Amino acid sequence: MELNSNVPDGPIENKWTHHIDNIRLVGPRNRPHYRVIVVGSGLAGASAASSMAAMGYQVDCFCFQDSPRRAHSIAAQGGINAAKNYRNDGDSIYRLFYDTQKGGDFRSREANVWRLAELSTAIIDQAVAQGVPFAREYGGLLANRSFGGVLVERTFYCRGETGQQLLLGANSALAKEIAAGHVNMHTRTELLDLVVVDGRTRGIVVRDLVTGAISSHAADAVVLATGGYTNVFNLSTNARGCNVTATWRAHKRGAGFANPCYVQIHPTAIPAAGEHQSKLTLMSESLRNDGRIWVPKQKGDQRAPANIPESERYYYLEERYPRFGNLVPRDVASRNAKEVCDEGLGVGPTGAGVYLDFRDAIEEKGANVIETRYGNLFDMYERIASESPRKTPMRIYPAPHYSMGGLWVDYNLMTTLPGLFAIGEANFSDHGANRLGASSMMQCLADGYFVIPITIGDYLSRNPYGEIDTNHAAFRETEQEVKQRVGKLLDTSGSKPVEVFHRELGKIMMDECGISRNAEGLKDAIAKIPELRDRFWKEVRVPGTGEQFNQSLEHAGRLADFLEFAELMCHDALDRDESCGCHFREEHQTEDGETLRNDGDFAHVSVWEHKGVDQPPALHKEPLEFDALPLAQRNYKT
Amino acid sequence: MKFDLEIWRQTQGDDPGGFVRYPVEDISPDTSFLEMLDILNENLTSRGDDPIAFDSDCREGICGMCSLVINGEAHGPKRATTTCQLYMRHFDDGASITIEPWRSRAFPVVRDLAVDRSAFDRIMRAGGYVTVHSGPKPDPNDIPVDPAITEKAIDAATCIGCGACVAACPNGAAMLYTAAKVSHLSLLPQGQPERYERVQKMVDRMEKEGFGSCRNYGECEAQCPKEISIDFIGRMNRDLLRASVLEPIDLRGDMETQ
Repeated sequence: MELNSNVPDGPIENKWTHHIDNIRLVGPRNRPHYRVIVVGSGLAGASAASSMAAMGYQVDCFCFQDSPRRAHSIAAQGGINAAKNYRNDGDSIYRLFYDTQKGGDFRSREANVWRLAELSTAIIDQAVAQGVPFAREYGGLLANRSFGGVLVERTFYCRGETGQQLLLGANSALAKEIAAGHVNMHTRTELLDLVVVDGRTRGIVVRDLVTGAISSHAADAVVLATGGYTNVFNLSTNARGCNVTATWRAHKRGAGFANPCYVQIHPTAIPAAGEHQSKLTLMSESLRNDGRIWVPKQKGDQRAPANIPESERYYYLEERYPRFGNLVPRDVASRNAKEVCDEGLGVGPTGAGVYLDFRDAIEEKGANVIETRYGNLFDMYERIASESPRKTPMRIYPAPHYSMGGLWVDYNLMTTLPGLFAIGEANFSDHGANRLGASSMMQCLADGYFVIPITIGDYLSRNPYGEIDTNHAAFRETEQEVKQRVGKLLDTSGSKPVEVFHRELGKIMMDECGISRNAEGLKDAIAKIPELRDRFWKEVRVPGTGEQFNQSLEHAGRLADFLEFAELMCHDALDRDESCGCHFREEHQTEDGETLRNDGDFAHVSVWEHKGVDQPPALHKEPLEFDALPLAQRNYKT
Repeated sequence: MKFDLEIWRQTQGDDPGGFVRYPVEDISPDTSFLEMLDILNENLTSRGDDPIAFDSDCREGICGMCSLVINGEAHGPKRATTTCQLYMRHFDDGASITIEPWRSRAFPVVRDLAVDRSAFDRIMRAGGYVTVHSGPKPDPNDIPVDPAITEKAIDAATCIGCGACVAACPNGAAMLYTAAKVSHLSLLPQGQPERYERVQKMVDRMEKEGFGSCRNYGECEAQCPKEISIDFIGRMNRDLLRASVLEPIDLRGDMETQ
């Protein structure tokens, strides 16, 4: 597997412009001859599909939901960063680049991060032109708020539903292109495999989730915008349908998978109430601006929080990190919560929870001020937990939230499989070992509106259009394989529902490959996962047939892929014998319990090559270079 | 807690369908409504029966994928709440609960409780956008927008496209949905150039999709999980009237053959 990042030469601030000036393009008269498949209709997929269609390409867009508007980007709450410097507080492209690089703990590709920061401002302009109603100040100009881990106010927002508004913007552009006949939209359709001919991606095989029909679609290039894989933990903040299938299938067909062990665990979710919980609901990180996080000093303290006197409360973040206090970065907050709970200080029925207390903020700033800031979040919490944060502290616990790892891509966002591109959360490129708040949507839209529409031309222009259609033998073969796999799932003769195995996998992954990891636990997981996989294939029952709307079959197929992918994730976490960003290896920490990087041995992207299920994967490395910003130890203490 | 569930089962759109009774027990009050159905489905699967199909995805009230008419109300008894955010503690122990799919001619049943809401997407495609390409745009601060107008636009744009308004309406009208979509853009300066063409095309599409007419029952507003006001329907009607008088467009090309 060859890893050529194709990063252009020259000073970092000129790389992207220079690249556009020198890249090969497809002319407007030729574009309608090229077919491009986009899988996924979230922020990355919808923006890419609509932008390419508007340029003239013939686009086919696929999503498993019943409408493209339901992709999980819709649930992003907080906001989107852009280096506009509207607040005159010293923001710049360099500073956004710096914050993202530092937040990622120096495990991202510098040139990609710079490009992301550079394109951030254009995203806001684009969204506003589409009618995205960003919050405005009294004078009518755009408002900003601050977000964790940075020293400037650069986050743009629409109430607590920035994701929905940005996605509606991207989806309206998509709707227009669908109406114009430039995009053929396939809803309730799931990718089940990729068709590769002579080393190039030539199309996909999908299943119509309503009729069960399996069909092939040929194209000159395929773009995966299929999101992240945190449902490998079963319980996460992701939607139930989020899955690794598209990227895993691509990986099995030859695309390198980069840094699968980098998963962000969000510190402020509502703790699970019981075994059958289907999802963890995120509470906005902004709550940490005014809430104080604590646990009782005494183990197993059963008193109501109000009855625990000040002297018996352990405000562990404030004590350990005096400068940032409750506003330490996400990974630091998550790890500390797990630590205190592991010590037996956790609260709530499961003992996996810490208090987030607004008592002091309400006393100091007044109930009205706090109500204006967090009223809707308090209502949301009360609806789920049936306790009012106005009267008693919230309980929170970390939840898997975002996967920084993904398919390896070069500067053009092309994977190691020629003709296959990956954008948004599905690729690995911009967030290193940890993602900064309010930057996921920024990356999706930068990739979709501004990068892929141009860079895909470089690949397409080198190849004639329409070389292969779905009559090619490779399509027949792949379809057969897909049908066999679906048939095998339906033929299982066990009696247990799919969910049982998903919960088991989630527990293994959360225990051994979650907030903190160690070699022993990871080896243990690598032994346990194949056993679980075997049991799944023997003991699962998938009811119904393949020729119907069959949600158990959908879930079973996705879980079968997670059961293979999970092993790779643990291999990667074991191989990365250092701590960085969200990847905390207990063996490598500073005296203060902070992540301890090993730049000498691990300043690289780990790219894995599939060698067959039950075979160890092969590791390839892309060395990371640090020219614009020298390596430095992350420090949020002073 | 235990419950007596009466659930609509239907193998596909053209089957007659009917109610089937399912008792469930040992349900914790902290279980969400959909988790209760998950538990029922796991039990059905374990004992060799077919689980019940229903749509859901984000399970945090924003994707709009979940539905269900529960005891005659879209998204159940709790105001401003989607089914995925409804908890069993909102029901009495031992209660009978009737669960049906969205009922509307324009939303055919896919299976059991899942319906096809693609008519909504077709209304959007008729004009629910501002025509812009991806690329350099003016700075947003070049066009100041009164924050009160922005807030009102978000009040409309907060629609999650779930279809509860249609399910709640005795006529199966999609006026609240269409009005929310039209108003979001017609309020903002960016939506002005296409304002009158948009409203005519979207309303025309809505009518062709087979939704009923608005009779001002107000059920849509009462059952909307995002509490979108029917004032937007009035706003859309005013725009439509103004458009048809001042800037009528020829929709004959879009007419469907009889």
